[in-house]
Amino acid sequence: MSGIGQAVEGGKTRSAEKLVNNFSIQVATVNGTGSQSSNSILMRAIFEMGIPVSGKNLFPSNIYGMPTWFTIRLSERFYFARESVKEFDLLLAMNPATAMDDLAPMKPGSCVIYDEPMGLRDRRDDLVFYPVPFAKLAAEACPDTKLRRFVVNCVSVGVVARLLGIEQAACDKAVRLQFEGRVKAIELNSAAIRAGMDYAAAHLEKRDRLYVERRDLTRGMILIDGNTACALGCIFAGCTLMAWYPITPASSICERFIEYARKYRSDARTGKLTCALIQAEDELAALAIVLGAGWAGARAMTATSGPGVSLMAEGAGLGFYTEIPAVIFDVQRAGPSTGLPTRTSQQDLLKLATLSHGDTRHPILIPSNMAECFDFSVQAFDIAERIQTPVFVMLDLDLGMNPWISGPFAYPEKPMDRGKVLTERDLEKMKTFDRYRDVDGDGIPFRTLPGTRHPLAAYMTRGTSHNEKAQYTERAAEYRAMLDRIARKFETARHLVPPPIIERPAGATAAIVAYGSSRPAVEEARDRLRERHGIETAYMLIRGYPFSDDVERFLLEFPGAYVVDQNRSGQMAALLRMHFPGASAVLRPVLHYTGIAIDARTIVEQILAQEGERT
Amino acid sequence: MAKIVSGNVAGTGKGRQAGGGDPVNRLGLTARDYEGEKSTLCPGCGHEIATKQIVRALWEMSVEPYRIVKISGIGCSSRTPSFFAGRAHGFNGIHGRMPGLATGIAAANRELLPIGISGDGDTAAIGIGQFIHLIRRNVRMIYVMEDNGVYSLTKGQFSPTADIGSTLKDGSINDQEPVDCCSLAILLGCPYVARSFSGDPVQLLALLKGAIAHNGMAFVHVLSPCVTFNDHEGSTKSYKRIREAACPVHRIEFVPAEVAAKEPDRARRDGRDGTPRELHLADGSFFRLDPLEEGYDPGDRARALERIAAAARDGRLLTGLLYYEPNRLDMNRMLNLVEEPLANLPPGKTRPGREVLDEIMQTFK
Repeated sequence: MSGIGQAVEGGKTRSAEKLVNNFSIQVATVNGTGSQSSNSILMRAIFEMGIPVSGKNLFPSNIYGMPTWFTIRLSERFYFARESVKEFDLLLAMNPATAMDDLAPMKPGSCVIYDEPMGLRDRRDDLVFYPVPFAKLAAEACPDTKLRRFVVNCVSVGVVARLLGIEQAACDKAVRLQFEGRVKAIELNSAAIRAGMDYAAAHLEKRDRLYVERRDLTRGMILIDGNTACALGCIFAGCTLMAWYPITPASSICERFIEYARKYRSDARTGKLTCALIQAEDELAALAIVLGAGWAGARAMTATSGPGVSLMAEGAGLGFYTEIPAVIFDVQRAGPSTGLPTRTSQQDLLKLATLSHGDTRHPILIPSNMAECFDFSVQAFDIAERIQTPVFVMLDLDLGMNPWISGPFAYPEKPMDRGKVLTERDLEKMKTFDRYRDVDGDGIPFRTLPGTRHPLAAYMTRGTSHNEKAQYTERAAEYRAMLDRIARKFETARHLVPPPIIERPAGATAAIVAYGSSRPAVEEARDRLRERHGIETAYMLIRGYPFSDDVERFLLEFPGAYVVDQNRSGQMAALLRMHFPGASAVLRPVLHYTGIAIDARTIVEQILAQEGERT
Repeated sequence: MAKIVSGNVAGTGKGRQAGGGDPVNRLGLTARDYEGEKSTLCPGCGHEIATKQIVRALWEMSVEPYRIVKISGIGCSSRTPSFFAGRAHGFNGIHGRMPGLATGIAAANRELLPIGISGDGDTAAIGIGQFIHLIRRNVRMIYVMEDNGVYSLTKGQFSPTADIGSTLKDGSINDQEPVDCCSLAILLGCPYVARSFSGDPVQLLALLKGAIAHNGMAFVHVLSPCVTFNDHEGSTKSYKRIREAACPVHRIEFVPAEVAAKEPDRARRDGRDGTPRELHLADGSFFRLDPLEEGYDPGDRARALERIAAAARDGRLLTGLLYYEPNRLDMNRMLNLVEEPLANLPPGKTRPGREVLDEIMQTFK
């Protein structure tokens, strides 16, 4: 192929190096056209080539006919965030409605594959264009007119694969995985990919600088989304009741959980389930069901997003005050109100920390990758039952619904911690049982489960003020003692939630604090700051709330700590300030709130600007 | 609360304790063993009578106290779980969410007998959504709605069951249509729908015992006047007015399983030949119904709704077993759950093995 190393188009020439396995692709399609499948196939095929890859789906709150984008980044350095949310090296333009907007931010010399009738090549003279008659190719590959609109996108996968050098075998495997045993779909889409490949081989001369070359960097790794990882965590946590109300972007935790529960949590002989799967009428009921079940001794969970969290406020307060274990997943989307239901944010942190009226407080586990989604889901049940309180697992749409590379999950080695539950046999050795008495100083009282056959077992749980014997009380001293004792539980919880990950490289002059899905962007930003700007940074990834002592110690070590928040008000910075007022002066917000996952560039630019102010 | 007088309860297998103490049931327990704390409700409150009949029904049916779970929301009626079955766990939760809690409890431990106590505000206002969906799930539980037409804990505002034209003590008049929870429950297919009145404890006791014997959701609507805020002239929920309006659709007798077992040859009677009709319950007991409202058939959903509405137009309140459908799937069967209570499952049954995780991981490679 000629022209390698040079992008020539319309007279402008720009020398360029070959870009191998380190570039990004934007696929612009219309939703409801099978683009989700074709996008997955393209990404999976690159993964099959042994190359670290990540995908982000930008989809509308709609089922058919609206624009949707999928971005794929290849990175041999395992950078999984976007380098920049705006710039891509390859645009696959399949949607005429957005094509002009999609074209505008493309860097000179980058490459555009487009549906021929759009006539994009006249719009810019500094890009490499590959027009392809997709409709014609789809018609040839798929005689059935009804199915044709679903295969067009796979034809485009074939074209991309051929131009970049993605092997056909990798594509075929990706198709097989995507359509799991559905023979007709596999045949049809494989044929469409071949049609795209054949067309590109015969008609397109390689003029861009993008190459995919086989590597061995992903051996043994898996490609999974966070919601599936959480669902699996719940399966292996021994969750025995799941109640939910559908909401984007949390539904797939429950949907995957149902699939796995039916397969792996049914009695081999009778087919009966060891887990109740209940679709509730709303989030008020979903959490009430979970609390009822947790109170009665089940391991119960629900999953929701911001609007559902708002409704769960009353249940969270009840669970906090009556001390009932519950696990609540919050897959954050962008608010306020209905907001951007299909976009990502970290806007719920403050709300989760204190959800409900009264002086409430809740432990939060904050996974930042797929393995943590799995591990923290398992741990959440242990912590909830140990502390006897609702525990949140907070992720977001970016982690929850996008595909990520991960090492395979480790089987939970620790036995389940079912917490301080007294059985009939325990009660036989006791003279009295007071439900809410702290007998051993950790703030956590013992509980009994309904159905325990012993005269000491019964007590009345109430959301009203109660004393150690669980009796209603209006006595000031008893009311206050109860609140203080519950607060002591959170001291205990500080040592149970996942500790922060801290890095203190020699020569660090500033620190970065981040959490959740910001992790990959921050880690890339740190490399950039070091390599391009000579700034070495220390780093703390917060993974749990209440904060452990390490958190404050870290903040006070550096003159400035950049706190990366994917929300407008700097919620993590605010929470840190609330708990560590002494560190208030060093906290510097790095904020991103567009509904699109944070990129490395945003972090670098905001830090450089503030570093400039400091000097 | 007042001591439950044992009376002469025939045929339920009860006997006297050796030494001649209070009578005991099949478990050797006295009625007092089913009592709770001293009530803090107003003297004369209709809810007290409901509580008393619940105690008596649980005792006579020899329900193992540790199987009972008392659940409630917020309101005067929701406080009554403290006043019965003191040996049982109880959960006085939040306003209108008793059905959700009950659903979770029933799913977590199918051996329990949840008894939900709610009021007209707790059920028909803030909790109407959960009430509806509880019925759709057909949770195996007893749901007692103690209905006085007002919010008493907040001192006497109208509730959604207040009738058009009923007045408050300050003279204000209700203009809105009342919610009839029995009709709603029948419409939604609740398999056991009964209405009674705290002024008719005999009927109420029979209906509660039937609810215990039934397998599925049993809704028992109890007109239960508020002597403090809604027992005046002009109120349609006063003792006087309810007594005038209440029309039992049948005289009802509950025949417990152990008595029924002694009459194995008894033919099933449908009432069409003029003899009392018998309705069989899940545990082998049955109701003997002697019709008072001609042709009222608790098995006919559409007609039952018509008859209730027609009577209401005449200012009459039909009471008794209004609807009964013995064959609906209950929640635990819908959910296809294992027989062992979920709450008691050992980790070996709930955490799949290492090989399962390996197998699943392979599908993502």
